[in-house]
Amino acid sequence: MTQCISNIPFLAVAALIGTGLSIIVFDRNLIKLVMGITILEAGVNLFLVGLGYRQQGGVPIYTNACHTTMVLPVPQALTLTSIVIGVAITALMLSIIMVMYRHTGHIEGKKPKTWKG
Amino acid sequence: MSKIVRTVSELIIVFVFIFGLYMIIHGHLTPGGGFQGGAVFASGMALLLVAFGANKIEERLKVSVFSMLESTAAIAFIGLAFGGVAVGFFYNFLVGSSIFGHVPPFGPNRGDMWTGGVIPLMNIAVGLKVIAGLSLIVLVMALASEKDCHKNDSMHL
Amino acid sequence: MRFLAANVSLAIVIVFLAVIALLVHPFGYPPAQMDDYIIQNTQRETGANNAVTAVVFDYRGLDTLGEATILFTAVTGVVMLFRTRKGKTTK
Repeated sequence: MTQCISNIPFLAVAALIGTGLSIIVFDRNLIKLVMGITILEAGVNLFLVGLGYRQQGGVPIYTNACHTTMVLPVPQALTLTSIVIGVAITALMLSIIMVMYRHTGHIEGKKPKTWKG
Repeated sequence: MSKIVRTVSELIIVFVFIFGLYMIIHGHLTPGGGFQGGAVFASGMALLLVAFGANKIEERLKVSVFSMLESTAAIAFIGLAFGGVAVGFFYNFLVGSSIFGHVPPFGPNRGDMWTGGVIPLMNIAVGLKVIAGLSLIVLVMALASEKDCHKNDSMHL
Repeated sequence: MRFLAANVSLAIVIVFLAVIALLVHPFGYPPAQMDDYIIQNTQRETGANNAVTAVVFDYRGLDTLGEATILFTAVTGVVMLFRTRKGKTTK
């Protein structure tokens, strides 16, 4: 039971991933689909950073430091890469939506047989 | 945008650019680095695009200039990775006494600028690449949507 | 029928995630042996004060190379999507 209270960041990760997945499954508007994917990526980044926390730990930087126990630096490096990949994917998805709107005139994801060439 | 927004953004943009370049160059001493400083700089470019309109900005900063800057910075990053290829790929061959070669003593210290080996040079290369890349994305999408805004009505959300 | 199946499978996935969130190690006491080595030996081997930047560019430089390639490909794709017939970007 005490692990249930002390693991609150990981429960927040489960809530974020569940929200993102339900938006992706149940919404038809394409802009809301992009928002759901962004929420899912935010949950995964929070999980990566939360795995590397140490009790009473400080930043792993030695410049003007006044603490000795430090947080783990490797999960922070992996989260940097993940954030940049998320930005690249969001930019590509929004550009494809803009081109599709200019071609057909609607952004619903349900009727693929109304597209002509 | 109105005259107040344009004047205030002209004053503020200098501090945003200097803060972004500071974060890129001091990446081996303080929190920051190439990716973070490049994102701050690109946010300044987005402020300029919103305040002045995409057509006016595109007269001064063309798309081909950003494209050339991004490709040059990518080639410089790979060239620095091949520098110490006698020992291995991505070897830090400047730790010693050379350009950036001081070794700091173990433990908390005040932070010497000329440490780090090949890391500050890689920070500058990746910072330029991210500046050019993110600014190019925002500029091209703003140009395309400004042409659409005069032709159609709003999107059916 | 499909609506019911989608709801049930989504509920199963969320319960599975919540159970896993309680079975990971307690928050604040990670098992760390590689990171202890990195924190002790960063200043002697790389010469940088910042352990995160040293991990991104020195100990794990190949990941940064892959990330720079992904960013370059995404920017090329976005600029390619907005070109007109004459070869200039949309004005």
